[in-house]
Amino acid sequence: MDVLIDARWLILSGTIVSLRVFVLSFLLAAVLALLLGLLRQSSIRFVRVAAMCWVEFFRGVSTAVQLFWLYFALPFFGISLTAEAAAVIGLGLVHGAYGSEVVRGAMQSVSIDQWEAATALGYTRRQTLFSIILPQAFIAMLPPLGNSLILLLKGTSIASIITVPELTFQSALIVDRTLAVLPIFTCVLLIYYGIAIAATRTVSLLERRLGRWRPQPLSVR
Amino acid sequence: MFDFAFALSILPQLAVATVTTLVVTISSFFLALLIGVPLLLLRRSGWHSVSRTTAGIIDFIRCTPILVQLYFLYFAMPEFGIRLSPIATGILVFSVHYGCYMSEVYRAGLESVPRGQWDVCVALSLSRSETYRSVVLPQMIYPIIPAAGNYLVHMFKETPLLASISVVEMMFVSAEIGADRFRYLEPITLCGLLFLLMSIAAAGLIRTAEFLYGRRWRRV
Amino acid sequence: MTSWEPIIVFSSVTKRFGARTVLKALDLEIPLGQKLAIVGPSGSGKSTLLRILMTLESVEAGSVRVGSQYLWRGDRERTVEADVATTANVRRRIGMVFQQFNLFPHMTALQNVSAAPIKVLRKSKEEAYAHARDLLTRVGMSDKVDAYPAFLSGGQQQRVGIARALAMNPEILLLDEVTSALDPELVGEVLSVIRMLAAKGDLTILMVTHQMGFAREFADRVCFIDGGEIVEDAPPAQFFDAPIQRRTRDFLRAVISA
Repeated sequence: MDVLIDARWLILSGTIVSLRVFVLSFLLAAVLALLLGLLRQSSIRFVRVAAMCWVEFFRGVSTAVQLFWLYFALPFFGISLTAEAAAVIGLGLVHGAYGSEVVRGAMQSVSIDQWEAATALGYTRRQTLFSIILPQAFIAMLPPLGNSLILLLKGTSIASIITVPELTFQSALIVDRTLAVLPIFTCVLLIYYGIAIAATRTVSLLERRLGRWRPQPLSVR
Repeated sequence: MFDFAFALSILPQLAVATVTTLVVTISSFFLALLIGVPLLLLRRSGWHSVSRTTAGIIDFIRCTPILVQLYFLYFAMPEFGIRLSPIATGILVFSVHYGCYMSEVYRAGLESVPRGQWDVCVALSLSRSETYRSVVLPQMIYPIIPAAGNYLVHMFKETPLLASISVVEMMFVSAEIGADRFRYLEPITLCGLLFLLMSIAAAGLIRTAEFLYGRRWRRV
Repeated sequence: MTSWEPIIVFSSVTKRFGARTVLKALDLEIPLGQKLAIVGPSGSGKSTLLRILMTLESVEAGSVRVGSQYLWRGDRERTVEADVATTANVRRRIGMVFQQFNLFPHMTALQNVSAAPIKVLRKSKEEAYAHARDLLTRVGMSDKVDAYPAFLSGGQQQRVGIARALAMNPEILLLDEVTSALDPELVGEVLSVIRMLAAKGDLTILMVTHQMGFAREFADRVCFIDGGEIVEDAPPAQFFDAPIQRRTRDFLRAVISA
């Protein structure tokens, strides 16, 4: 128990770094997911195919190898990223690709009737997209969002292998020094679990607040 | 820039490591498929306390990073007198972690079978075991294939994490080569490409399996 | 034809789904061999009645009896379920055809019809298949015995569903809105099969339906259930031409005009 108290600063700093990486890579991933999701529905064939290739590439790479490459291999092209930058960019790229599938699925789930109704009323394509389709698609994205967030959270732990001083990295350090395996790792697992629960609760809350106009509970689908 | 000659020369070493990666992935996958079954049964137990506890454990394991779980077991087991090789530890952690995912996949598959099928089996006086064997299981398998396949590929791509407990798999070898020759570009790029190609191939195989299963009776 | 000994008896049966009472102390006696049509608005409890008989739903109070065997034994206040063996016995005597067909999608028509005879009645494959072919021929599906449900029309699927229920040689056949999920042009083929079944004197048939014209022609007796109670119970001629209750008249007027 004392070991936990002594190590608390390391654990705290590790948690802060984990959260920082989590939030930053989430922002990058969200932007990429929306962008790619939209591009994949573009009317221009070349754009659609290019976006698809990009997505398939980043969905197919191993996150660990990707982070490793950005940190250790990129310098050979003259670009030297800090470990944290490499982690944020790597996670953002990979989870942006995964996210684009969620976005695409959500947009397709909005019934084609909505497009037809909007066209009949004289909306332009862009107007329809932004004021009719996206709001509905956004709500459809929420259920898978919880899952994606957890995947991303677990991804931040991978950053430890490129020496980002996040929670997993710190915990391995502490255990190496103190050999107090059980208390440290249990504490760390609980911290991750806590963050995961907080994330999913937030998404549920968002689902409920924004989905008020829906007749049935969102989980029924 | 990219030294192709160098890349070619290290390919054999990486290829050998690929075997380790595949062995770990495939054994963990099959173990996960097995572990998922008792977890599912416990989760669906009539006893509220049992199902709630199981749900909690499954949730906990799924929501926490596999790397921490890996370290945990790797460092904790010797303290209890259990000495497992790094590979065995890796397979154990992967199979339990993904076993939890599989139990949820099984659960979703079970729930995808329409309620009416169960009703009909009661009406025809089919026993519970016969209902599962002849009616429910064959219908459950169809949605399980893509989900399980998806996790297989995920598992495959997470094997580099085992490098941190010194399992000699693909990324371990690339990092070793990189440190050895002071050139990381070629080994890691090759490693990445190998992963990419193999996961795309696997995705294709899964889609084929999905297409082939039950194509006689499904409205394709 | 119709003997006066009741084969099915519902006595003060009350069924609740949560806060909603779907059947209110309902009494109903059905003699052997009777063809009973049950009509009523949605949510009136008609399907629930059939499902209780088929042991698919539980009961909060009252008695449900088939012949001398009680599925549920009780009074207005409470009830006790029968043991597993009795329930299984009663189940064997009853067959049911469902609104959504519920055919096994991974089996051909022939396999669908013969599955239960093989697994439950322990018939040999040859015997079960022969019987299945015979039944499928009688429902007009002889040329589709090896077809899978996904490739059959709704009417064809339902006819297979009827053959499947008959393959177990039930004494009582329950038809739960069996044409409601069909396109109008497919309803007729299913009704002809039912008409053929009605000609069998020894089969007791309970049919929940919205097909008023058919009910009038096929049934010996019509029950109108509304709000969990039997509002009117009469032979078809009287029921449709001279209903006694106002609720019945309102219902018939709404249905006929639609």
